[in-house]
Parts: sequence; structure tokens; C-alpha cells
Amino acid sequence: MTWETVIGLEIHSQLRTKSKIFSGASTAFGSKANTQACAVDLGFPGVLPVLNEEVVKMALRFGLSVDAAINKHSIFARKNYFYPDLPKGYQISQFEIPIVGQGSIEITLESGDNKTVGITRAHLEEDAGKSIHDLYDDYTAIDLNRAGTPLLEIVSEPDMSSAKEAVAYAKKIHALVQYIEICDGNMQEGSFRCDANVSVRKQGEELGTRSELKNINSFKFLEKAINIEVERQIDILEEGGSVVQETRLYDSIKNETRSMRSKEEANDYRYFPDPDLLPVVISDELLEEIKKELPELPTEKKIRFIDSLGLSSYDAEVLTSQKEMADYFENIIKQGADAKLSANWVMGDLSAALNKSQLEIVDSPISSGELFLLISRITDNTISGKIAKDVFKLMWDGKGTADEIIEKQGLKQMTDSSAIESIIDDVIENNPGQVQQFKDGNSKLLGFFIGQVMKASKGKANPKQVNEILNEKLS
Amino acid sequence: MSLDNKKVKEIAHLARLNIEDSDIEQATAELNNILSLMDKLGEIDTGDAEPMAHPLKMSQRLREDKVLEDDLSEEFQAIAPKTGKGHFLVPTVIE
Repeated sequence: MTWETVIGLEIHSQLRTKSKIFSGASTAFGSKANTQACAVDLGFPGVLPVLNEEVVKMALRFGLSVDAAINKHSIFARKNYFYPDLPKGYQISQFEIPIVGQGSIEITLESGDNKTVGITRAHLEEDAGKSIHDLYDDYTAIDLNRAGTPLLEIVSEPDMSSAKEAVAYAKKIHALVQYIEICDGNMQEGSFRCDANVSVRKQGEELGTRSELKNINSFKFLEKAINIEVERQIDILEEGGSVVQETRLYDSIKNETRSMRSKEEANDYRYFPDPDLLPVVISDELLEEIKKELPELPTEKKIRFIDSLGLSSYDAEVLTSQKEMADYFENIIKQGADAKLSANWVMGDLSAALNKSQLEIVDSPISSGELFLLISRITDNTISGKIAKDVFKLMWDGKGTADEIIEKQGLKQMTDSSAIESIIDDVIENNPGQVQQFKDGNSKLLGFFIGQVMKASKGKANPKQVNEILNEKLS
Repeated sequence: MSLDNKKVKEIAHLARLNIEDSDIEQATAELNNILSLMDKLGEIDTGDAEPMAHPLKMSQRLREDKVLEDDLSEEFQAIAPKTGKGHFLVPTVIE
């Protein structure tokens, strides 16, 4: 009997507002500890929360982007638990009626097939502060700068059946929240955090007991954490044991999950509507206004890239997976470059070079305009695609523009037929054996001749012309 | 609905209330008295009534997204039981 994996994700994305969800304190990252925690964030007696309008708008942007039902009447509730980084003793969240109801999003699997993942809900809540355990031996240090930072918690249906699918979904949401400019997506700084609910079952049986994996701060670790947890659960079940419902921390150094605290003991958060906050009412006008402001979404962009630019589904998916990459690509296209060729350059040499230098595309040393120039030198036959790769490397190292490098290094493609012809004549003369074999029917040797000619011309001969002249001469 | 001693102990723990074992019996009895009053409410037919989240018939006012608060961390830290290098310090939390 084979085991089936069932995964649902809870994604906390920090909304990129200037001020907190219920107070006028700043949300800027990296400030000195506790300098951005005001009396409301600290839970002083007598303070009252006042909801940030931008937070509501951002939640609606998300809801509309995933075709979700919007609750025009939503309620804030208190989630009660005690922890030092939660000064009030409760977190203001949404429970019974979240602002964003049921929706869905389409993800692309490795096979190229699409799959729809259900989104159960997305609710607004405040973040807690930070506990720092390794600063003192006898104390835990508390920084409440993060307390009250607005979060949108996006809860998926348990629709994913492998770690890879979970990663594809997480990446899709990650791209979306950046497209609609509600979250900066910075996983290192904790602006985008994934918790995974993982369980296994025998095919066709009811859902198994799940564990909740926390402390995952990259897509790579999300995949690893799920895989290692699935293995652990299967081992337990195959030995006749049972999985305990609990929260487990992922340890990326040891690549293992560890029990954090048993949920059975303290799973009663005693939610109740927060009497300090009135119901949030969304008007039709506001909803209409936000609908109008929505930018082109990744899925829409992908379809446009396929339909009007003729890109493959795979290329369109990769290019739209990041708004900045899609923008960069579109800047090249707008100047008139060939779409497929440009896609190859952005996804190939440019992405490889960025990865190697650990740079984001917005920090690329080669601008979209500069790459456009290089690509157009290929299409106008000034240089071959192969030489272009060398020019690209020099451009990356700041040696000048494509034209400057081509000029300085004398890389201009040889298109003078008589010059190419004379190189070909030399090659034929110097390789009588191969010529005979070719004439005897070994057509694979054409590649050998092309290689020799390209070598003799230092890669500058126009490959198309070489091919034509060679075929003519050898026939 | 009524509670037993065990449940009352659990609730006390969740609310971080320290109830002595000798007082549990009384606490349970008092809580059950209150709950029986709640049961009275259950006798009313509320089939047509809309659920109410707040007694005021108003909706939440929204605030413009603006930073309005100054850094008062020194004042706040001055009244905290223990601080260090800008942090509030609490007894070690063991996970």
C-alpha cells in the first residue's frame, strides 16, 4: 500500500504599510530594539486600537486577485494566549468572519500541467514581538518593534500532495503578493513566512493526524522540511505507532523536525469578538475602486506572453514568476527585440550570471536597454549567438556596451562570402580523408567541417553562410 | 451546560489564575451557577435574529496609514521591571 501526502499551507505575509495595523508606530525593519513600540503595541491600559485603512485595502487586493468571496462585514477577535512577546495576552486576529473568504489560485507543476489550489480564507491580524533567547543566560530579551505589524494570513486547503507542489504554491503566492504590492516578500527578514500542515494517509482513506511545521524561512527548506516530516510520519505509522498532533520546528542544520509544544494542552485560544473594534464594513464603491487599481496579475501576464508573444508555457511561467523579471523582459521586447530570443537570454545567461553573483534582477549590472542592444546585434547578423555570449561576459564585467566591445575586440561577424569561401577551401584541402568519408555518406561529418571553419575564423564566420557554402562545395 | 472540577482547573491554567485545590469546588459551583443563567438565554428563540458582534450599530472607523508615534522607549523602559540594551528582559522562556 502506498502512502499519500496531504499538505496545506498557512502563509503569513507582512503587509507593507508605513504604520502598524492598530497604531501609528512605524513598521520599518531593522531599527533599534523597542524604539517603534508605542503604548498601543505594548498593551498599556486604556489604549484603543484604530484600524489602518491601507491594511483593509491590501487584504481586498489579495482577495480580488484570487477570486475570493469578500466578506463585506468582517470581525476582529481576540486570540488569547500568554507569551512574553505578546504584551496584551491576546493577539487581535479574525476568526469567525475573515475579510477574505474562499478563493483559489492556479499553480503550474513540474510536468507543465496546471492545478488549482483552494484558498480557504485570508484574515488580518497583528504580528507579535520577537523573543531573543541567546543574548543572556538567565533572561529572554524581548523586542516589541514587530508587535502590531499587519499580517495577512493566507490559509490554503489541504490540496497539495507533494513537497514540490507546496513549494510551487508558496512561490505563486509569493509572486502574487509582490505583484499587487502588498508585501515585500523578503523571507530572510521574515516578511513572508510559511507554516506547513503535513499528514499522510493510505490511498483513499480519511485524513491522517497532521503536524504543523514552523520556522521555515526559504523555499528550499520548505521542501526539505516537508519531505523529512513525511518520512518521519510514515516510519511511525509503519511501525504501528500513531502521529501526535503538534507543532514541530524545522532545524535546517540537522535537517530534522523537532516537537515544539504539544497542541493538545493549550489549543484553546478562547476566541471572542474584540469589544474594542467595531465590525469592518466594506462598501461596494471601495471594492470597485480597488478592482480598478489592480495591476495585471501573473496568470494574466503569463497568458498574454503565450498568446501574443508566442512563448512556451514554461518560458512564460518562469518569466512571470517574478514581477521584476517580467518587467525587465518586457522592456527588451518593447524596444523591438525578438520575444523568444530575449526570453532565452533573460532566463539563460542573465539569470545564470545573477545567480552566480547572488544578485536580484533589479541590481543587474546589465540594464534591459543594454541587453536589448546585444540581442539586436545578433538579429542584425553583426555577431553570432556564440560570440554574443562572450560579449555578454565582458558587458557583465563592465567592459563597455555591446557595440563598444564588438568594435574594440574586432568581433564583427564575417559575412563576406568570398572570405568565408577561402577559409572553407583551406579546410577541405587540409582534410581529404574526412571529405572522402563525407562523400561516402557519413553526413555527420558536416558538423566537423563547420567546427573547423568556425575555429579558423575565430568564431566570426556567419554560421548560416558557412552551412550553405559547405553544402554546396561538398556535394 | 456545566463544568466539572477538571475543566475549571484547565480554564484557570489557560487564564493563568492560581486557584488552590481547596477552592476548586467552590469555583466550579459558582461558575456553574452563572452558566445556568446563560442557559436561560438559550430558551429564547433567536432563529430570526442576526448574530451581533458589537452592541453599537456602527462600523469601524479607519485611520490613514501615517506614522504618528514618537519614540518613547526610554519612558517605557524606565517603568519595566528589568531591561538591558534596549530590550525588555523576562525570565528565560524554554521551548
